[in-house]
Amino acid sequence: MAGLPSDDVLLERLRTGDEDVFVLLLDGWSGGMLRVARSFVSTEESAAEVVQETWLAVIEGIERFEGRSSLKTWVYRILTNTAKRRGTREHKIVPMSSIDDQGPTVDPSRFRPAGDPFPGHWWDHPPAWPTPEQGLLTAEIRGYLTQALAELPERQRLVVVLRDIEGCPYDEVCELLGITAANQRVLLHRARAFLRGRLEEFYQREGDES
Amino acid sequence: MSDLECREFVERVTAFLEGTLSPEAEQDFVDHLALCDGCERYLDQIRQTSQALNDLPGEALPGDTRSALLNAFRSGRS
Repeated sequence: MAGLPSDDVLLERLRTGDEDVFVLLLDGWSGGMLRVARSFVSTEESAAEVVQETWLAVIEGIERFEGRSSLKTWVYRILTNTAKRRGTREHKIVPMSSIDDQGPTVDPSRFRPAGDPFPGHWWDHPPAWPTPEQGLLTAEIRGYLTQALAELPERQRLVVVLRDIEGCPYDEVCELLGITAANQRVLLHRARAFLRGRLEEFYQREGDES
Repeated sequence: MSDLECREFVERVTAFLEGTLSPEAEQDFVDHLALCDGCERYLDQIRQTSQALNDLPGEALPGDTRSALLNAFRSGRS
């Protein structure tokens, strides 16, 4: 999240009981934390409880935090550990590998076949998208993307949420999810390609209607 | 056109963006990109997708959970 003071400042304020700073983090991070927790547990209520438990552990442990990772990573580590434990208790299993992790990410029929003068090249280029006004998404696209995220296999969703929505660096995502860098790249790749495809469908439908 | 096919290009975009292609593979990628409008657009759309996610707001914490946590912070710090 942009606009937050540095970790040193945040920590100092939290430790002296600055409520405004606590509210800033609570309101700034809880939405993303809910989204991450939800991938590990069975219900929305469970996810909210995991987030609550995490913040309680943060309040409890803030004096002992040594600053070896960023504050956010530390909070997310507590979150994922709490969520994993909770998920195990609920017998919810996040599959470690999946059939969805294999095969091409773009429909092969969009490329020219072997025997063509330009095998493997686009039949038609991907259609252009409208230029977003000042980079702002409409509520409709946001809703659509949220729905598309929900359709992703869990591990792909976790990786793309942590990387692209939460902005966590790749090495921290490896640590949080206990996956290798190569594995993370595959999951991120498939997730982004899927979501790009859904956005393409969205813009095409919109283009047909107007 | 370079030797790289569009079909392969689209599977390498993430490795390219992550900076994990070998120098040779990256050169092939960049060469292809310079010549292929379709792949240039594809890469740009992957970037746009990633950025769109960045703008996606999360849900809010239930109100009673939020106030319970505020109380916990107050009593934990006093």
